[in-house]
Amino acid sequence: MTQASNLFPAAEAGFRTIRPRTRVKRSRVSRWYRRHERAVLGATGVIAFFLLWQVGAWVGVIDPFFFSSPLAVIAAGIGDVQTSVFWADTKVSFFELLIGSVLSLALAVPLGIVIGWYQRLTYAFDPWLNFFNALPRIAMLPLVILWVGLGVEMKIFIVFLGGFFSIIMPTVEGVRTVDRQFLDVARSFRASQRLLLTSIVVPATIPFIVTGIRLAVGRMLIGVIVAELFAQTEGLGVMIARAEAAMRSDQMMFGILIFTIAGILTTEAVGILERYFQRWRPSSEEVEEGM
Amino acid sequence: MIDQSLALSARGVRMEYRDRSTHQGFVALESLDLDIRQGEFVSIVGPSGCGKTTFIKIVNGLLQATAGEIQLRKIGKGREDAMVFQDASLFPWYTLVDNVSYGLVCSGVKRKEARERSVPFIKLVGLDGFADKYPYELSGGMQQRANLARALAVDPSLLLMDEPFAALDSQTRELMQAELLRIWNEAQKTVLFITHQIDEAVYLSDRVIVMSARPGRVLADIRIEIPRPRSLDVKRTTEFVRYEEQIWRLIAKQIPAAQSGSEA
Ligand SMILES: Nc1ncnc2c1ncn2[C@@H]1O[C@H](COP(=O)(O)OP(=O)(O)OP(=O)(O)O)[C@@H](O)[C@H]1O
Ligand SMILES: [Mg+2]
Repeated sequence: MTQASNLFPAAEAGFRTIRPRTRVKRSRVSRWYRRHERAVLGATGVIAFFLLWQVGAWVGVIDPFFFSSPLAVIAAGIGDVQTSVFWADTKVSFFELLIGSVLSLALAVPLGIVIGWYQRLTYAFDPWLNFFNALPRIAMLPLVILWVGLGVEMKIFIVFLGGFFSIIMPTVEGVRTVDRQFLDVARSFRASQRLLLTSIVVPATIPFIVTGIRLAVGRMLIGVIVAELFAQTEGLGVMIARAEAAMRSDQMMFGILIFTIAGILTTEAVGILERYFQRWRPSSEEVEEGM
Repeated sequence: MIDQSLALSARGVRMEYRDRSTHQGFVALESLDLDIRQGEFVSIVGPSGCGKTTFIKIVNGLLQATAGEIQLRKIGKGREDAMVFQDASLFPWYTLVDNVSYGLVCSGVKRKEARERSVPFIKLVGLDGFADKYPYELSGGMQQRANLARALAVDPSLLLMDEPFAALDSQTRELMQAELLRIWNEAQKTVLFITHQIDEAVYLSDRVIVMSARPGRVLADIRIEIPRPRSLDVKRTTEFVRYEEQIWRLIAKQIPAAQSGSEA
């Protein structure tokens, strides 16, 4: 190195030396940390938040009447899971979510593909899709209650509305933006209409469908809570409302937590599904891992 | 009755695109006549926008001509024709082997059998070992070779190639040219080849068709009398260069800018 700078004194003045990456020998702890940096920092952030919250409640900076405290929420949760009414409510809410989301997915994807594929259908349905997508679905609640009453059907219907339009809009868009070049290749080989759909339209549209599902998860969760709060019959939404009447912020928080966890788990599941269906794409994460 | 030895016969092919907003006709091809014999290697050169892609798409059936008639002869049990596109246009969601077997699947061959039947074509273009890679894992040249294998796999009597090597670097292109000649020689195919590279056209072809500027017609039909097999050295012979100059002058006359440029 010193020799090189003696040979090229100009390097001091006018050159920037670009050196290869040097491999520093790291300790095991440091290597482990670097591999799990993301998880470690994420967990630290979450734990710090709960600690501050708990300590704030103890010290009195945070009023437990309004904001409860992590330990109180856990205690409320432990109390709740021992009651049968909690399990009944949970079952109802998840049943509504399950049926509503399966229905919306099962109808929105094929319908979206057909509507996007035939230009005339796109033209005919476009105004309606835009109308229903723009419509604040919650405003439909009283009307839906008028049609189907206060039962489970109403709540499933609200969940369905939230999911269906979130999924069908990007699906139609995805089909319409399929690369012409690919369709030309398929037609050039005289692909049947069915093969055109299964070999090109569906794989090319999957990223759009996944985007729709991500949007749908949030909207369906909102749908089920609002519908339950409104109907006041049964379900986790009702549990939250009961806790509110009893002025139990810890119980309310526990109910909210369950919805949140459901949302996170579903989003994670969608992510796994997405990675499976899009393994043909170079992922940016893969590139990072290579570094 | 058309001549039995013809692979393709085009008569008075005319193509008029209709502008979407003005509904004005836009003539891309004007009464184009072309005969290609079985086993012949024919290239089309011509200024950009003269309708070369339009013509090859009409032959392939991707576009319908406004007027005129094209006859294609089918020999053997394969397809009449298959197209090698300018962009490799492999499906990114299929592995190499699924891409190469796509044409077979389109003609109703079961996926598993189609995969097996496409293996020799993957070998032929020098991609064995890459069968299970996705297109993003292949280089541009490899994708282009896969594109060629996909067309060859359906065993077409007529191979349609629209600037297939345009995106390749010059070394890969020369290798692919030699490879293509070898395949053509081995498989007894008829080839219709579009290119902008005059040396490529002369090197590969039995005949070079020069098209006029839009609306496209056949301006000249030049028989390349260089004996085969042709090594790459042939490109430096005076005979070869004479063909190049002859074709270059014909094309230059079709481009107003080039004309005034040569006079300046
Ligand atoms: N789908 C289309 N609609 C309207 N006009 C078109 C369409 N496709 C091509 N054209 C026009 O027809 C003419 C011929 O196009 P074509 O693609 O056949 O040219 P080309 O000879 O292949 O050109 P290049 O060498 O640049 O590829 C062009 O002027 C183009 O503007
Ligand atoms: Mg073209």
